[in-house]
This record gives sequence, structure tokens and C-alpha cells, in this order.
Amino acid sequence: MPGIIKLKRGLDINLKGKPQKKITELPLAETYALKPADYKFVTPKVQARVGDRVKAGDVLFFDKYRPEIVFTSPVSGEVIEIRRGQRRRILEYVVKADKEIEYQMFSAGSVSQLEEKQIIDTLVKSGLWAGIIQRPYGIIADPGHKPKAVHISTFDSAPLAPDYQFVFRDDLEDFQLGVDILAKISGAKVFLNLDGRIEDNIFDNVKNVEITRFIGKHPAGNVGIQIHHLTPVMKGEVVWTVSAQDIVFIGRLFRTGKYDLTRIIALAGSEVKDPHYYKLIVGTNIQPIIADQLSQDNVRIISGNVLTGSKVDKKGYLGRYDNMITVIPEGDYYEFMAWAGLGLKKYSTSRTFFSWLFPKKEWVIDTNMHGSVRPFVVTGRMDQVLPMDILPEYLLKAILANDIDRMEALGIYEIVEEDMALCEFVCVSKIEIQEIVRQGLQAMIKEMS
Amino acid sequence: MGLRNFLDKLKKKVEPGSKFHFLYATFEALDTFLYVPNKVTTRGAHIRDAVDLKRVMTAVIIALIPPLLFGIWNIGYQHFHALGMHTSLWQNFGYGLIKFLPIMIVSYLAGGIVEVIFAQINHEEVSEGYLVTGLLIPMVIPVETPLWMVALAAIFATLFGKEVFGGTGYNIFNPALLARAFLFFAYPRWMSGDRVWIADLPDGVSGATPLAQLSQATSVEQLHAVHTHFSVADMFFGFIPGSIGETSTLAIIIGALILIYTGVGSWKVIVSAFLGGAFMGWLLNIFATPTNPYMAVPFWEHWLLGGFAFGMVYMATDPVSSAHTELGKWIYGFLAGLMAILIRVLNPAYPEGVMLAILLMNMFAPLIDYLVVNGHIKKRLKRAELLNGRNL
Repeated sequence: MPGIIKLKRGLDINLKGKPQKKITELPLAETYALKPADYKFVTPKVQARVGDRVKAGDVLFFDKYRPEIVFTSPVSGEVIEIRRGQRRRILEYVVKADKEIEYQMFSAGSVSQLEEKQIIDTLVKSGLWAGIIQRPYGIIADPGHKPKAVHISTFDSAPLAPDYQFVFRDDLEDFQLGVDILAKISGAKVFLNLDGRIEDNIFDNVKNVEITRFIGKHPAGNVGIQIHHLTPVMKGEVVWTVSAQDIVFIGRLFRTGKYDLTRIIALAGSEVKDPHYYKLIVGTNIQPIIADQLSQDNVRIISGNVLTGSKVDKKGYLGRYDNMITVIPEGDYYEFMAWAGLGLKKYSTSRTFFSWLFPKKEWVIDTNMHGSVRPFVVTGRMDQVLPMDILPEYLLKAILANDIDRMEALGIYEIVEEDMALCEFVCVSKIEIQEIVRQGLQAMIKEMS
Repeated sequence: MGLRNFLDKLKKKVEPGSKFHFLYATFEALDTFLYVPNKVTTRGAHIRDAVDLKRVMTAVIIALIPPLLFGIWNIGYQHFHALGMHTSLWQNFGYGLIKFLPIMIVSYLAGGIVEVIFAQINHEEVSEGYLVTGLLIPMVIPVETPLWMVALAAIFATLFGKEVFGGTGYNIFNPALLARAFLFFAYPRWMSGDRVWIADLPDGVSGATPLAQLSQATSVEQLHAVHTHFSVADMFFGFIPGSIGETSTLAIIIGALILIYTGVGSWKVIVSAFLGGAFMGWLLNIFATPTNPYMAVPFWEHWLLGGFAFGMVYMATDPVSSAHTELGKWIYGFLAGLMAILIRVLNPAYPEGVMLAILLMNMFAPLIDYLVVNGHIKKRLKRAELLNGRNL
């Protein structure tokens, strides 16, 4: 009998532009890129240089401080550019794709035949190890360590997020294979966390896992929230998290021997003419996707969702872990005395606006800050959107004060940026909370190393 | 848009390096008051809730309007009543407005100037917190307070209530209440007694507040005599002398509902403060003796009298100086209410205890939070161990 966990706190922001359930299969794009910024706290060290030819699965760069962690090309072709930004930081590692992909072959095989060490070796060499993320800190896991548990979230509760029931309906075989592999190499219990609001869940029949249903608003689908309610991370402990998509990638790798990052993502948002799903390869240039889909020009294109995604320009690339592209209007306009009006057209969780009168409305929200940054005024609103036994305001203050002991005691091991994205959304003082969390995680990593 | 263009032109003139840069904070305050800036998100969440601190402060101002309007009317009513005249609603209101407006303008100007100067020095934006403080100050002082005193209080509130702690959000005490305490101890003759509560009080007429009369009662008969002047209904509706904004409990309840409804003021603080006051009132009733009849005053009259309702609704709930944890709010509010009645009844020097009680609790709020957070940390550990034990 699967457990059910109901979460009262949280917030579903009902945005306009939900993806329709149809899929466009895109031909290979001209260029693909890896963005080192997608991999948290990784310092990239170049391996393949401009002009080198690579196969899909060949190493492009690796982590300077953990050289065994490598990052591989999603397609075959020629490295044409290593685009650098301020202080020569690598922004994009661009590969011009061949007409047909040539794959580096890895040793495939069934779970029972392969040895644990062999599997880990293949995962690391192929670059798929980057899909295994550890808590605390939300960084790529250490291949030499064993976790106390593995968690897989099978739904995304973020605004406009893709429906995993639709995206993964044909991938369940690879999914099961991936789960078995994780169970084997971790030596720990695998927790499969389901959306309790769905009746006939396609993940219901996955074996070799402990299933828990989560019922609640966003961020109920965040794996961090789920871990908190099942196996909270305490000092010195490690939990692995793998996205449903990466489980499929892993299963596929061991079925076919190929590093094949073909996936289905959603294109959504109020400024998209026909929001729906696309089948493509991770790291693709987004130009062919959005080409004739934008309903106007002054837009923000986000690789990822509106709360945690990263801003990309029209010629940018899809992020490694992103399951969607969102397009919303830019908010670079002045508004006359906006703080004084009734606020019928303004989305707010605060009842100082009267927009709560339309609970069913699909909102168009732009990127305007709706105010300027102010000192931290504690209003208790953050508690309402964080379904964890954590006092967000005190944790944030501990981070700002760089008080390691206090951060530890107040729950820094249990959170990553995305878990507190809604806190940032509701913050009256317009403080960049995800950035503060990031600083806190960085301080902890430094302290522990 | 003409106004927008004008502001954009003006903005260039006050930018760093230009001649009028010393006016930047002033300009910025005006600019963001008129227009919500065109600033967009850069990283993190790409969309943000429409609410900001300006909106929150606006909600507090709106919640202050009912007691404000009543208070202005009551200035006129008390004045003409003392003269034995019967006047219309508009006459009372008009007279009240003439008395009140100068006080309000002086308060906003004096405190506002200090605020702008500090914003300019610290290269920060002018905080909208003073919109509320600047209105609270005139509402918690007697109508006869001289204007220079109002100015002094406003400057003191901004300087020592906020700026010395690092500005809005960092202060320990509620600035408006601190201003009142300053006046109270610096100029006690103007802040208490019988002559300050009613505007232009004619000689020979007593202008004592019901609270003062109750506290001076030496026998049960005298206590009852107070009720021949002021019925409980008078106290509830506010037809009594007192600080400008504090008299009408009804108007304050309306304001409280606005605060609670918009979520700007914590209902936990308000409810627990009234409970704390009632508890102390009830406790004192038990020990009341004929020689100290003040202790026999029932708790609901304590609720209605003096600054209790106003203080607990508008000042104890200040999100900066009150307790921040949810459990802490219950404790903080309860103790504030309890201390207010305790000081009010048992301290012979002052007829009112609300101001001192809230300031005292402001001081203890961080300690309360500290204890609550430590409890939370212990509970967190236990919870984690329990869950891990069960699920792994």
C-alpha cells in the first residue's frame, strides 16, 4: 500500500500558455552547446579544443576539482566555438552537428550481468553521471560514495510544466531499466514519488521501488520537498536524486550502448502562439523551436520554468536539465502609481490586491519586479509557500550572516535554490532569495572541504 | 506620456557626478512614488508577486483611515462639547481638520526630511516606512501638543527609532511609539494630565480622560461616578477625550479587520494581546479591594479605554519590531496585553501602560524568537531521526 503525503502549503501560479498534447519532432539543429553554468559549482577545464571532431558521448570538458566528472557532447560533429564571458569564464561550448549522429559506443548489457563497478564506470565515462545529483547542495554526486537513499520525482509541479504522464508514456521500459541500475549501484532503497492527484499513473507499475504519493501545490513535485518528508538529510548524510528524464537516459544507455539524449520538452508561456511539445536532443539551439512561435518581440525566453529557469537569448541553447522553454513578456515599463490601484489585473498572493477575486483566471505575468529592493521585512509569507519544517526567514538570515552552525541547524542540507523559488516570488522586499541560498550552499561546500 | 518624460529628464540632472546629485534620494522617492519602476528580474524567479513594500504600507494607511477620520471628528466634538455647544458633524470635522492637519504636515515634513537625508548619505532609496510612522505619530499624541514638539518627536523617531539601528527593517522599537515615549518623558506636562486632551479647553472644565478618572478613584462610588460621565457605549464608539486616534474602539476594529484581511497585520498578535489584557484584568479583579477600586475595573473596559486597542492593533503588530516566529507572536502579543494592563493599573505614576508595555515587549521580541527558534531546531532533529528510522 503506497504512502500518501498531503502538503497544505505551496502555490500553483496559474499561467496562460499551457502546452497542448501534441509533439513536433525536430530535425537535427545546426549547433548544440553545453553550458558549464548548468552544472552547479563545477569549474570547467577544456579537453576538446576548437576544431576537434567529437562523437556523441566524447568528452568536451571536465571538472577541474574532480577530473573524473566529465561532460560529453550530445551530438557528433566539430567543436566550433568556446564562448567565454567575463574573466574568461566559459559560457557555451558549441558543437556543429553532423548530418547524422555518430555515437561513441559504451558497454551495454542487462543489470544482472554487469558488475556494479562496470556500471558506475560506464555512467561516469559517458557523462551520464552528471544526471545523478546529490543532496546536500544539489551538486553532481561523488561516484565513490554510497547514498542512504535514492529519490526520483515523477512529476513537475512548476508553472506550465510538462505533463510527465504524456512525456514518458513510451519510455517506461527504459525507465524500469534505469531504476534497476540505480538500485544496484546505490545499494540503497529507491523512492519513487508520484503525483497523488493523478488516478491512473503510468509510474504505478514500476518495480523495485518504494512508491509514495504526494498531494499538494507546487513545490510538491520538487524532489527536495519529497526527501524532506521521507528521508530528511542530516549532517554527514547523502541522498541521490535523479530526474525521471535522466533515469530514462540511463536505461537507454544500457539498452543501446549509446549516449542518446533525445527527449521531449514543452514550449509554453503566454507569448507562444501554439504551445506544445517538441522532441529534440538536449543542448539544442532553440532558434528552430521558437522561430515562428513568438507572438511579439519584447519577450523573455527562459530555458526552464518561470521560477528557476535561466534567461536565454533567441539564439541560445536549451539547458542540460531543462524540461521546458517558457516565453513570457518583458516587463520593462513604468507604471503610474501602480501601488495605489485596486489591482484587479495584478497577480498577487497578497490580499492587498483584489485579483484574488478571480481564482480560475489564467494569468499573463511579465518580468517586472513590481517594486524595488528593500531591507528584509519579515512578513511570514514565505512560510506559506514552503511545505517544509524549515523557518525560511531565519535560514536566510543565517546565510547572510555566514553563520555555518546556524545554517546547519536550520536546514541548509535539505534545500537547494529551486525549493525556495516561490519564497523569492512572494518576497515583499524583492530580495534575490535563490542567489542567497546559492551563496549559503557555496559557503557550506567550502567549509566542508 | 508627459510626466514620464519630465521625470526622465529630471533623472539625468540628479545622476552621480551632476550638480544636483545631492537631491538624488529626493528625486528617487518622488519618482518611485509616481511610477512603479521599469526594473525587470535578472536571475532567479523571472516573475514576481505584484506586492511590494509600498503596497503593504498603503494597506496600513488605509487601515488607519477609520480611526483617523473619527479622531478628526472627535477633536471638534470634544471641543464644542466642553463649551456646551451642539454642533453638526461637518462643523466638528472641520474644526478637527484645522487642528489636525498642521500636526500631520509637521510630522511628515520633519521626519521625512531626516529620512531623505539619511537615504542620500547611505546611497539608499527612501524607505516608505515613514509613510506609516509619520501618520501614527500625530494619532498617538494629545491634540494640544505644540507643533515644535511634534517636529522634535518625528525627528527623534526617525533618528533614534530607525536610523541608528540601520534604517527600516533593522529597528528594535516601533519608531512612532518611541517618539511618543520621548515626548512623554521629556515633556510630561504636555503628554498627560487634564488639560491637553481637548482642543482650546475653557477654564474650569475638566478634560480628564476616563482612564485618568478611573485611576484617581479612591472608592467604589467614585469609580461608578465615572460612568455617569462616560457610558460603556461612549467608550466603545469613542466619544471620549484621549489621544487623537485612539478613542474609538469601533473604528479601530474596522482597521484591524482590514489589517487581518490583507494579511498585513498578524491576527495572532492582536488576538493574543486582547487575551493577555483580559487575563490580567481578570486577575486584578480577584485581588481588588475597596481601597484600590481601580483593580476592580472589568477587562472589557480596559479593552475600550486609553490606547489599548489602538496600540495592540497598529503598533504591536509592526512586522519589524514584533516577534517574527508564529509561536513567538502568540507569546509576544499575550505578554504585551498583560503588561499593558499591569502597568496601567498597578503603576501609580502613569495612568496608561500600553506604550511602555509594547516598547518593553519590542525589546524582548528577539529573545522570544531566539527561544522559539531553538525549540524548532531541536524538534527538527527529532523529526528527521524519526522519519529516517521509519522509512529506511
